[in-house]
Amino acid sequence: MRKYILDLTVAANEHLREGYALLKLTQGRPLPSMLPGQFAELKVEGSETTFLRRPISINYVDEEKNEVWFLIHEVGDGTRKLGAMAPGDTLSVVMPLGNGFTMPASSDEKVLLVGGGVGTAPLLYMGKKMADMGCRPSFLLGGRSAGDLMQLDMFAELGDVYLTTEDGSAGEQGFVTQHSLWGEGQRFDRIATCGPKPMMVAVARCAQERGIDCEASLENMMACGLGACLCCVENTVEGNLCVCKEGPVFNTKKLLWQI
Amino acid sequence: MADLSVNIGGLKLKNPVMTASGTFGYGLEFSDFVNLEDIGGIIVKGTTLKPREGNPYPRMAETAQGMLNCVGLQNKGVDYFCEHIYPQIKDIGTNMIVNVSGSCCEDYAECAARIGELERIPAIELNISCPNVKQGGMAFGVTAEGAASVVKAVREAYKKTLIVKLSPNVTDIAGIARSVEDAGADAVSLINTLMGMAIDIEKRRPVLSIATGGLSGPAVKPVALRMVWQVAKAVKIPVVGLGGIMNARDAVEFLLAGATAVEIGTANFIDPAVTVKVARGIDEYLERHGCSSVREIIGALEA
Repeated sequence: MRKYILDLTVAANEHLREGYALLKLTQGRPLPSMLPGQFAELKVEGSETTFLRRPISINYVDEEKNEVWFLIHEVGDGTRKLGAMAPGDTLSVVMPLGNGFTMPASSDEKVLLVGGGVGTAPLLYMGKKMADMGCRPSFLLGGRSAGDLMQLDMFAELGDVYLTTEDGSAGEQGFVTQHSLWGEGQRFDRIATCGPKPMMVAVARCAQERGIDCEASLENMMACGLGACLCCVENTVEGNLCVCKEGPVFNTKKLLWQI
Repeated sequence: MADLSVNIGGLKLKNPVMTASGTFGYGLEFSDFVNLEDIGGIIVKGTTLKPREGNPYPRMAETAQGMLNCVGLQNKGVDYFCEHIYPQIKDIGTNMIVNVSGSCCEDYAECAARIGELERIPAIELNISCPNVKQGGMAFGVTAEGAASVVKAVREAYKKTLIVKLSPNVTDIAGIARSVEDAGADAVSLINTLMGMAIDIEKRRPVLSIATGGLSGPAVKPVALRMVWQVAKAVKIPVVGLGGIMNARDAVEFLLAGATAVEIGTANFIDPAVTVKVARGIDEYLERHGCSSVREIIGALEA
């Protein structure tokens, strides 16, 4: 897939909650095609402590408005600078990068998308592309409390939404892997997950116990994003692979996790 | 347009901009962003006689104006390179140069000899300066005797252009450059990364898996520039300058300090199209200063 260095313009920056910014970027003409699960490297301007670009997953593509969305979790100075961008600002973006999730082979395939925290971001675009092909995905989204769960109205438009929160303020109380849907005999053909590693390991275990294929999106520390520097490697059954190029999405059977 | 061509120990470059090993993959990774033929030379990822898995993750730490890495020469070995990678890169219309690493003189020489058989690889860069591998490279690069011994062994096994990449983690880089010259190197390139460290204060642990790593990026540029200036005065063979070059202005500084060509490394991560911009920027500088050839500014630092 051809990659581009694009100077995109901030069309909108919505602060969904404290510490989370939804950047909507456009170039006023059609964007390159992108696969769900792929990511971009965003250049940070004006941060003394930030040297490298920031890898951010593609949250959504609005084809009518020619917008690509990035949900930024502001954890350091670089992401704070990104979160502070204003409409009209220009941002250098290298994209699309990485491999993306496996799409369903047919519209009757049942897919469960499990996200935690900011890891829910790429699942929205995955859900949209699935809806485009006539699939109805199930989303299982978890957070510490109700405020952690973002973009729920959009998820609900695309599929069935199941929620968990650790404090019980939304959905069922507990972790995503404790949700009652795992016990209902709900049969899924495939699971895709993105979120904190302990959550993804637990989801991979649930999948393995049920004999369901599972893909996880990793976020190892990365420099180039192109498979050149070999910094972001994950140890797999095939040896060290670049998360930026051979990932970020891996079948969990390929990973050496203690599942 | 000025004449940008330079000659590195018999190797003719259409312009003085090359890519630093380990920062540009095999070139193919960047072909969506730049016309690879517009780059003077592409130095591909470090290759060793046997495959290497490299060091465990984490291998990278971002620093102020730079980054540390401890990749540890991950590569699939020279056989894999010859069989699978060479066929993909041999027809790229520029100098494709292989960075050769090893852990003993025999391995270096054998790996270099294998690369020497490849018709479309006109030069190697000998890495005697990797700070991230035990008994790997840097052990040779930190003494004049060690550097000379490995260069002699490779020189006997390899007849094409031999560039030797020097470590900055030494007290007298000019002395090492002279011994490498005497041992038969056609050119030297410097600097490899500066050994450094980063600490996670919450976990009270080093950030990198093997504690230390090599620092690159603009943070090292003044050190690199000083070393290039010292080495260029000490040897007769061409010097290739690298270390923190982010733009054409940085590159011109190295040329003025005495470098015949430059390598761009970490900057490729920030701007994958930086190489061709630097080449264009050097041309603009030459035009602005009324120079018809880049060779007019090499070592042209006013005393």
